[in-house]
Amino acid sequence: MASRRFPGVDAPLRTDLPVLKPYRLSGPVHDEMYLVRWIASAPPIYLALALALWPAAAWAQGGYGVVDGFEALARWVPFLVTEGFLFNVLISLFSMTIGTVAGLALGLAQISRNAALRGASWFVTQLFRNAPWLVLLFIVLLAFPFEIEIFGLLIPIPAWMKAVIGLSLPIMANISEIVRGAVNSVPSAQWEAAESLSFTRTQTLWQIVLPQCVKRMIPPWMNWYAILTMATPLCSLLGVGEIITLSRQAMEAENNQPELLLPFYGFALVLFFAYCYPIARLTIRLERRYSVKL
Amino acid sequence: MTDPALTDPALTDPALTDRATAWTPDQPIVAIKDVHKSFGDLEVLKGVSLEVRKGEVVCIIGPSGSGKSTLIRCINALTDIQGGSITVEGQEVHAKNLDKLALRKKVGMVFQQYNLFPHKTALQNVMMAPIKVLKEDRSEVEGRARALLRKVRLEGKEDSYPGELSGGQQQRVAIARSLAMRPDIMLFDEVTAALDPETVKEVLVTIKDLAREGMTCILVTHEMGFAREIADHIYFTDRGVIVEHGPPATFFDQASDPRTREFLSQIL
Ligand SMILES: Nc1ncnc2c1ncn2[C@@H]1O[C@H](COP(=O)(O)OP(=O)(O)OP(=O)(O)O)[C@@H](O)[C@H]1O
Ligand SMILES: [Mg+2]
Repeated sequence: MASRRFPGVDAPLRTDLPVLKPYRLSGPVHDEMYLVRWIASAPPIYLALALALWPAAAWAQGGYGVVDGFEALARWVPFLVTEGFLFNVLISLFSMTIGTVAGLALGLAQISRNAALRGASWFVTQLFRNAPWLVLLFIVLLAFPFEIEIFGLLIPIPAWMKAVIGLSLPIMANISEIVRGAVNSVPSAQWEAAESLSFTRTQTLWQIVLPQCVKRMIPPWMNWYAILTMATPLCSLLGVGEIITLSRQAMEAENNQPELLLPFYGFALVLFFAYCYPIARLTIRLERRYSVKL
Repeated sequence: MTDPALTDPALTDPALTDRATAWTPDQPIVAIKDVHKSFGDLEVLKGVSLEVRKGEVVCIIGPSGSGKSTLIRCINALTDIQGGSITVEGQEVHAKNLDKLALRKKVGMVFQQYNLFPHKTALQNVMMAPIKVLKEDRSEVEGRARALLRKVRLEGKEDSYPGELSGGQQQRVAIARSLAMRPDIMLFDEVTAALDPETVKEVLVTIKDLAREGMTCILVTHEMGFAREIADHIYFTDRGVIVEHGPPATFFDQASDPRTREFLSQIL
């Protein structure tokens, strides 16, 4: 036994039986909640460091012009935040609301006893869950008219509304999966106990199963909100006046100096991170809390 | 809104009227005749028959996998059957036009794993079905629920959540929850099997109280001493058939079937 050696192993063998070492993942687990897990894992000090180092990095890069770049940014900050970033937040809130309501309905359809409804909602869910978001945005942009006529009244549909709808589609599909997963995670014994107490299926779902699911659904739901918020700059491709569009316009107004790129886009990055960071921390806290009890 | 069908199906449902009124308390309250049940290719019940009279306590014992749980779950239509018949108070349980609500109002069930609703307090667990299903008056139900919790000796635990209660306490809440529907028959499926030896007793005492008050009880149990003490009749199942039955005295001391004797010698 001791005479045998494996290539690359120096120590003498203690057994000639193969030994399976436990497999360990390093870093955050790659699951649905990856984004918030990653954001939340940044210690707060990193946020402060990033804020401090970002102008310094720009400084090291450029020399002349960098100070002007940040001066230009300083002039534009109020505009970028109030006209740009707040619009991103608004789009994310609208999309989330629509996506959540539609996703709840779709998720409940996925657990319906009607096979056709179940199949159809499953298909819709998979379709919108796996389609690239940008493709969905463009389809909505092109498929919807730019104005609709109601009672002879021409109502324009602005691009941002289409963007809201486009972004709410993948959210809807993912919420649908969250609902289905949460309902399935409730032990079947709960259904049985309710059945033996004469509850109907609908009563059991609404009064016994769904209330137990709400807590479980909140963390993944917030995770999707963070993802959605981060995705709102996609709307700039539709010409929506959100922060990236406005940053580009501001840079143009400042004669498109290359020194402007890092301050302006860096500012957008910092804003998004600062907005999502507390959400991510809260999400992870709630997830820990709810995974223990219940 | 109170649906009269919820309160007395026998008066309103024409399909049930003749059979339900034909039943009198001197007939078996539960009659199981030649019941067959399969899960796919696995035949779990191979022609089981038994009768329970009003106020009787019947214990079903037998080795694991012999179909005890399946049998008792057939009685309140939690599972369907492939052959035979089960009647509860004269009403065919596996009839196509069965009023499941009326049946389950009559038949309460307590499970091995308690299966309380974890998001509701003990009191809410007990009150929920009468309010939501029977649409009874909340304050009246609350009074009854508090009395039931007192009866199962859980005074002071009304506002505790199931997660804050011991297994024995949870099981007694589950019993009170079933009783809140005012059933005529109670089914107990190994309700002490998941409990610590110390807490088994408190649950058994509760069941004994119920039996003494004249509740018809069908129990699946491994507590032989308890079965001997409270049962009027004991059935022994093995591999989907009833191989032996009788009143406790004859059953325990003069069992004739070799399988029963072997099982009893292992347990006692
Ligand atoms: N839903 C089901 N699907 C398939 N097979 C089942 C199902 N429920 C029970 N069985 C099988 O039926 C047989 C009888 O099960 P049952 O639970 O009635 O036994 P039991 O007598 O209650 O046993 P125990 O004492 O372990 O509770 C077992 O072989 C079991 O595997
Ligand atoms: Mg069992």
